[in-house]
Order: sequence, then C-alpha cells, then structure tokens
Amino acid sequence: MKYEPVIGLEVHLQLKTKTKAFCGCSTLFGQRPNSQSCPVCLGLPGSLPKLNHEAFGHSIKVALALHCSVQKEIKFDRKNYYYPDLPKNFQISQYDKPVAHDGFVDISSCGKIKKIRIKRVHLEEDAGKLIHQTGGPYSLFDCNRAGMPLLEIVTEPDINSPEEAYDYLTGLKSILKYLEVSDCDMEKGSLRCDANISVRPAGSDKLGSKVELKNMNSFKAVRLALEHEVSRQMEAVSAGEKLQQETRLWDAGKAVTLLMRTKEEAHDYRYFPEPDLVPFVPDPSYVEDIRKTIPEMPDAKAKRFKERFNLSDYDIAVLVSDKAAADYFEKCLESYDNPKTVANWIMGDITAQSNLKNTGIRELGISPQGLAELLKMIDGQLISGKMAKEVLLEAIEKRCEPAQIVRSKGLEQLSDKGELEKIVKVILGRNEKSVQDYKGGKKNALTFIIGQVMRETKGKANPAVINEILKKSLGE
Amino acid sequence: MAGKCGKLYKKAAKVTKVIDKATVKHVALLSRLALDEREETTYSTQLASILSYINKLNELDTKDTPPTSHVLSNLRNVDRADVLKESLKAEEALANAPEKEGDFFRIPKVIEGK
Ligand SMILES: [Zn+2]
Repeated sequence: MKYEPVIGLEVHLQLKTKTKAFCGCSTLFGQRPNSQSCPVCLGLPGSLPKLNHEAFGHSIKVALALHCSVQKEIKFDRKNYYYPDLPKNFQISQYDKPVAHDGFVDISSCGKIKKIRIKRVHLEEDAGKLIHQTGGPYSLFDCNRAGMPLLEIVTEPDINSPEEAYDYLTGLKSILKYLEVSDCDMEKGSLRCDANISVRPAGSDKLGSKVELKNMNSFKAVRLALEHEVSRQMEAVSAGEKLQQETRLWDAGKAVTLLMRTKEEAHDYRYFPEPDLVPFVPDPSYVEDIRKTIPEMPDAKAKRFKERFNLSDYDIAVLVSDKAAADYFEKCLESYDNPKTVANWIMGDITAQSNLKNTGIRELGISPQGLAELLKMIDGQLISGKMAKEVLLEAIEKRCEPAQIVRSKGLEQLSDKGELEKIVKVILGRNEKSVQDYKGGKKNALTFIIGQVMRETKGKANPAVINEILKKSLGE
Repeated sequence: MAGKCGKLYKKAAKVTKVIDKATVKHVALLSRLALDEREETTYSTQLASILSYINKLNELDTKDTPPTSHVLSNLRNVDRADVLKESLKAEEALANAPEKEGDFFRIPKVIEGK
C-alpha cells in the first residue's frame, strides 16, 4: 500500500515591540540575565498585566495578511503547566477566542501554487530561558524573555511533504518580513517551528496517530526532521506496527527523532479565562486602518516585476524574497534604468557583502542612488567593471558612496583619445623589439604592449581605446 | 440570584461526578505532588464532597445567562502604549530568590519528559 504524510505546522513568532506583551520591560536581546523583569512578568502578587497595543496591532496585521477573519471578541486565557520556565506557573495565551482564524497562504512548491489553510493565529507570552547545567542537580533561570509577545500561527494539516513544509515556511517568513512585525531570526529564536505529522494510506481522508516534532532550529532542520519522521512512520506502518500519539525531539547531531513523551503523559493545560485581562473587541475601522498599512505582498510584487522587467523567474524570486532588496532594486532603477544589470549587482556583490557582514542590504551604507552612479560610471567608461567591484567593496568598508572613492583615488578611467595617443607613442618608441615581433606575426606581443600602457597609466587607461589606437598605429 | 433571568429548579437527574482515584492521581501528577495510597483515598473522598457541594450551582438555570469571565462585564479594550518602563535591577529581581547563582535564579532541575 502507498502511504502519504499529513503535516501541520505551528510557527511561533516573536513580535517586534519595544516592550513585553503585558508589562513595560524591554525586549532587547542578549542583555544581562534577569535585568528585564518587573512585578508583572515575575508574577508577583498584586501585579496586573496590561496588553501592549503595538503587539495587538502586529498580530492583527499578520492575521489580515494571512487572509484570516479577525475575531469580533478576543479573549485571553491562562494555560497551566508545571515546567518552570514562567515564574507565574501559567502562560497567558488564547484558547477559544484567538485573535483570528481561518485564513490561508498560497505557496509555490515544485512549480505549482498550493493553498495552505491557516487554522488560527493567537497571541501569547513567551517563556523565560532555562539553562540546564550538565551533571548538576540544578537549572538556572533567566526571566528576560518571559512575557515577550509571541504570535502562534497554526496551519491545518494541508502539507503533504517535507519539501512543501519547507516552502510554506520560506513563503510565510517572507510575508512576515514584509509586514515588518518581527526579525524572523531563527538563530535568535524570534521564529520557531514545531510540526505535527502522521501518515495514512494515499488518498484516504482519515488521519493517523499524530506525532509532534520539536527542537528544529532551521527550516532545513524542519525538512530533514520531517523526512526522517516520514520514513520512520512509513516503515512502522508497512511492518504492521501501530503508531501512537507522542512527542518526539529532533536530534540534529545524530539525525534522528527521539521519543520525548507519549499521550498518557500529554499535557493537560486546564485553560481558563485570564481574569486580569478584559476581552478585546477591535473596532472595524481600527482593523481597516491596519489593513491599509499592509504593503504589497511578495507574490503580488513578483507578478508586477514579471510584467514590468525582463528578468528570469529565478532573479525575481531572489529579489522578492527580501523586501529590502526588492525596494533597493526599484529605487536604484529610478536613477539607472537597466533592470538586469541592477539585479545582477544586487544579487551578486551586494548580497555577498550583506551575507558576509550578516546585515541587511540597507545597512551596508551604499544608497541605491550610489549604486546607480557606479553603474553609470561603468557605462560611461570612466571605470572598468573590475574596478567598480573593488570600489564597491572599499565604499562598504569606508561607509561612503562609491563615487567618493572613485574621485578620491583618481580612479576614473583614462579614455581621452588624444592623451592616450601620446602615451602609446612613447611606449611604442620604448619597445621597438615588441613592435617588430608583432609585425612579424607574434600576436601576443600586443598584450605586452597593452600591459606597458596600463603600467604607464597605473591601470587607468581604457583598454578599448588603447586597442583602437594600437591597431591603428601598428597599421591594421 | 433567582431574580432577573434565572429560575431555580431541580435537576433531579443530574448526578454529581465522583472524583475517583485515577483523577486524583492525574491531578497530583499535573501539580507534581507525590501522594501515597492513603492520601489518594482521603483526597478523592474530600474532593468528591467539595465538588458535590459546588455542584449545587448546576441547579440554577443558566440557559439565558452568558458566560462571565470578568466581574467588570462592560469593560473592553484595556491596553497600554508600547512605552518602556524601568525594570527591576537584576539584584532586586533576585532579592527574594531562595537560591541564586550569579545573575540567575537557581532552581531544581526539571527536564521535560523525564
Ligand atoms: Zn516586566
């Protein structure tokens, strides 16, 4: 019998706000342990949580971008559990009245568009950080992350392969980045993903026993963990084993999934309404105002780029995957109208530098106009393409515009014909032997002569112009 | 209580759910309480009696009463601007901790699933 995997994903997104979800503590990453806490996020008696307006707005923005219905009445609940990563011993989350429900994301997977339904989007608080000391009987607790606003985005089990899961995550991340509501940085934990997976006979509409997969630290890890889990489950089912509902952890080092807990020990969270937070009834005009702040989404942008610019699908996909790069591209075109050249530079040297420095394209300090100027200098033969690359690197290092580097170093290419003719004449006079060789049929003597001219001009001579002059002077 | 919309009436057929030992064991596990056999029996009896008392409320007809999770039933949309407030200093946050290590709270090790 043929089996197919059925996968649902849960993404946790740390929302970009100045302060935590329910108190005024800072959300900065990497600060001194336990220096970002207050009576509210420490759960001290008598403290009252109050929802961060910005976090609420961000969650509605995400919900709208994912085509969800925003709930008319939104309510918070307490999720009770005994893992000591929240000082309150419960987490403020949402149970039956989340921010929004029933949306979808169109993803492109294997050249096809597929609709992945979004079940719900809810707002909750993040837990603190536990550090387990190896060997010792203690754990250390840092409260800084406790209470940071976290958005949970849950899909329906619409994903049917590890590849699709990967494509969904990439597509979702790109949408979330466009919305500018989160850093979406998996390394810093601002974006996390858990997966639910089961297998069933192909074509059946019954769901098998669901396994929850945790501890995947990158989209590639999600894909790999799912691939392993799909094979493990398929082998088991084919061998006639009955799978059980359980939670498994991905062990990246050993490339296996390990049993963490079974259903019998499954959490019973005893949700109940959070009495310290009153319900939220968003005004329709407030929701509409947020809708207006949603920028052109990546798929719409890709469509527009395809219609307007003569670029390959690959180029468009790469440009559009990063909003900053796409914006940069369009800004640059305002001053230099050659889409292919601009795309090549952005996807080549500029992306290489931003990857190397691990920063965004705008943080490199080269303005789109600055890049346009540089490209114009190449076209006007003021500098060579090779020089332009060096200039760009130096401009990034010195944090100035490329044109400044060109001017300060006097790098402009020497293209003045009259001046170059004089130089060529001197060089030919000095190298009569090579001239004879060339005329005698040794074609590579010309390369030597060109090299001499380059040396004389410190590399600034325009090779095309020298070539032209030489061929004329040497009688061709 | 019976005034506005609620009519008191007896749900004679309604039987109070007995708290059995299995439920007590489950709740004890969730609360990380170690109970011995005798305690399990004691608590299942006690909890059953408490719950049956509370169950008197089920005798009230709440058909037309919307669920109320908040006393301030008309209050909505209470939020705050995303403005930074001064946090406690690490020393202050840790001041009441029974055990600490450096800038951290020190707690008994709890590994999930173990
Ligand atoms: Zn706080």
